[in-house]
Order: sequence, then structure tokens, then C-alpha cells
Amino acid sequence: MIEGVKFTKEHEWVKMTNEGQAIIGISDFAQQQLGDIVSVELPKVGSNFRRMQTMAIVDSVKASSDIYSPLSGEVMQVNVELSEHPEWINQSPYELGWMVKLNPLDIEELDKLMTTDQYREFIGETDKQE
Amino acid sequence: MVDFHGWEMPLQYSGIIDEHVNTRIKVCMFDVSHMGRFEVRGPNALDCLQILATNDVSKIKDYSALYSPFCYDDGGIVDDLIIYRNTEEKFLLVVNASNRDKDLEWVTKHCNSAVVENISDKTILLAVQGPLAQHVMEKVTGLNNLVAMKAFEFTITDILGAQAIISKTGYTGEDGFEILLDASEISIWDKIMDMGSEFKIKPAGLGARDTLRVEAGLMLYGNDIDKNVTPLEAPLKWTVKFEKPEFIGKEALVRRQIDRKLVGFELLEKRIARHGNEVFLKSSGQKIGFVTSGTFSPSLKKSIGFCFVPNYVSPAQLIEIDIGGKLYQAKVKNSTRFYKRIGR
Repeated sequence: MIEGVKFTKEHEWVKMTNEGQAIIGISDFAQQQLGDIVSVELPKVGSNFRRMQTMAIVDSVKASSDIYSPLSGEVMQVNVELSEHPEWINQSPYELGWMVKLNPLDIEELDKLMTTDQYREFIGETDKQE
Repeated sequence: MVDFHGWEMPLQYSGIIDEHVNTRIKVCMFDVSHMGRFEVRGPNALDCLQILATNDVSKIKDYSALYSPFCYDDGGIVDDLIIYRNTEEKFLLVVNASNRDKDLEWVTKHCNSAVVENISDKTILLAVQGPLAQHVMEKVTGLNNLVAMKAFEFTITDILGAQAIISKTGYTGEDGFEILLDASEISIWDKIMDMGSEFKIKPAGLGARDTLRVEAGLMLYGNDIDKNVTPLEAPLKWTVKFEKPEFIGKEALVRRQIDRKLVGFELLEKRIARHGNEVFLKSSGQKIGFVTSGTFSPSLKKSIGFCFVPNYVSPAQLIEIDIGGKLYQAKVKNSTRFYKRIGR
């Protein structure tokens, strides 16, 4: 898990860049639960989402999952390479597997998200660490 | 682990795609002990199975097996299963896990002049599947003639000290074997994994079992076929032998008008259709059917599946599938079989 990242209860992560953009993807825990990811449907650049609105869909061999926007805002960029390499979400969920860059409307919405420690506890990882 | 009709089963070990590919190019082992197993014995065994099965049980030779549906009076499918013949008076049925109780009741009811014994809990069933399965099996049995074994033949032999029935059957579209053993012989799993390591054997779970069988065009009861589907609508016409004087469902199947068919489709966009998704005709927008199975094909790297459509829909015709409220284009295929192993 990487630092400086916040999480939703639906297992999306968001990381703010120095330029104030929000990079969004799904957590390592989420990709493990989904298994082999074989396709991703990403939003159009310029589209707007409210917080926790469906912005993308990930299909794994097992199941289809809605991906929710952790913040309200406008899509500035999407990771077009995922169309050819959906497996990057499995292999590198926090780096190569990023999905959307968003221009957030209200930066205070970040406070509603979980910190890395809170997320670890949420998914039960702290229990396993003995 | 997932719950599968009351069985705690691994969905995957190393990953569905990895297990799928390993089955296609090398060999994988599946624990399929959840399947139901019944023996049907006695002088009337053949006659009663001949009444139950749509396929011709009298054509099975000793040490051979046959795939057949059982139907209800109205032609709907009770289950699809494999019937193994030891002798004219001793058969083994391998049925779907989801139908174990229902099938046992059905067979017992219609075979009251034969002995029906549920041996499911006394036995285990393993499947070793893939182009290298034969090498693994020759190593563990010490036999060197398994290459001569034809599809659906079986033999009774010894595997590492345990008595086993080995059949050339499977649910993957690959060459492969299924092994029936006494439940006390469960340590055989580890021994086969050890001895198979030189052939790069891997364990495989329910996930790969499903993607493999969809690629191979094989039906899954509860998804593609059920009591509301006749074998004539499914691609199982070949299993219905109308020349047999009698079998349950025959009259209905002769009379029943068939106006839909189960076909394969290839989704032209990057989504995966799932069971229950609705199907529309591209040209008119009319709703014409539904998806029974859908998955990603690791061999073709395409999104594939089966759906019901009216008889008038022809191969290569464009349909649209509603996935989560959006329509995606798909192409109807000639058959439900997407994958054929080399040499078949």
C-alpha cells in the first residue's frame, strides 16, 4: 500500500498531485478480490461526477464491478493504456493501474475518506498482522 | 473459497486465467468430488436407465460411458449426466452437484426394480485435464497404453496402491481423465501433484472449470439448461434418440414446437455478459432472448457466451446485450463451441 493515499469503503483510492488533481484507482485488496481483470470501461474526458457516482466499470473473469468516484469533479484524463492492458490493475494497482485523473470540485470531500491505517483496519488487515 | 451448492470449493488457486491456460497447454487437476455419484445395479438396470435417458443406453459397451440428459414428461431437462457401464447389470451415474438429491429421488422412483445406491460420500472424483494429462496418468498408474484409450472409455486400475476407476472424460474440451477413488484415498491428490510436477501440473478451481467449459461449448445445468429447457433447444439434439421405443419425455419432444435455440455469441465490445442479461435484435431493437452463460475466453482473448435467440436468428447476425443498463453489440456464432483442441 502506498502512502499519501485515501480510500473509500468501496475500495477506490485517491491520491492528490502537487497540481491539485486527484488520481483515482482501485486498491490492492480490491484487485485481489476481483481476480483477473480483463476489461475496463472508463469515463469520457470532460464528464462530471458527483461523489460516489459510478464512473467506470471493471470486468474480471469472476464479476463486473462499478467503480465510484471518490470525489466530485471533472475528468481531466483517463488511463487509455488500460484498454490494452487491463491486467495492469492487478499487477500494479497504485501505479500503472491508475484509472482516472479528476479535477476535484470540493477538496474538503477528502476528509470523508479513510486514511491508509483506517482502510487497513476496514479490510481487516491489521487483525492478520498479529 | 466459495459456497457451491453446499460445498466449500476453491474458485481459484494461482488465478483463473493462469489455471485455464495451463489446462490448455499443459495439465491441471480439479477436485470434482462435489459431483453426485450413484450406482444402479441389477438385472433391470439397463432397462430402467433406457427409460430415463434420452440417449441410447443400450449402445454403451462394457467399460464405456455415455453423455445423456434425463427429461421430464414435458421434455424439460432433469439433469445432464454421464452413464458408465461396467456390465449390463452395473452402471455408474455421475450427476451435477446441484441436482444430487433431486436426481437420487428421480432415479430411485423410476428404477424400483433395480438397486440404486448413492456412493457420493463414499468416493472422491478428481479430474486431470490437458494435453499432458496422459503422461501424468501413465506415471501414476504405471500403465503405458493410456494413449490408446478413447474418449468415454474407462478402466479399473491401481493408482499408487489405491483401486481407481479412470475414465477418459472431462469438462474442459481437452484430453483428460477423471479418477474415481474411495474417499479414504484423498492423499492421492498430493501424490499426483508431486508426481505431476515434472509436467508442470497445477491445481485448478471452479473459475477455470467454468471458462474452460464455456470455450468448449459445454452446457452447465442451472445456467444454460434446466427444467424449462429441452435438449432440442439446447445444442443437445444429438443426445435425443427418437428411434428408441420409449423414454421419459419422448412424446412431448416429438410434439413440442421448438421456436428458440441456444447459440454462441462473441461480444464485440470490451465487456463481459453474464447469466440473465437480456438480448435484443440489433436491426429492430426487439427483445429476443437472454444470456445463459458469459465469460472472458482466455484462449481467444475475447468476450464470449451463450444465449437463447429465436430460430430465425442466423449466424453472423448482430444482436445487442444489455449489461447494466447499456447495450453492447455481439455477433451470433455458428455453434456454442469456441475452442477445439488440435487434432480433433
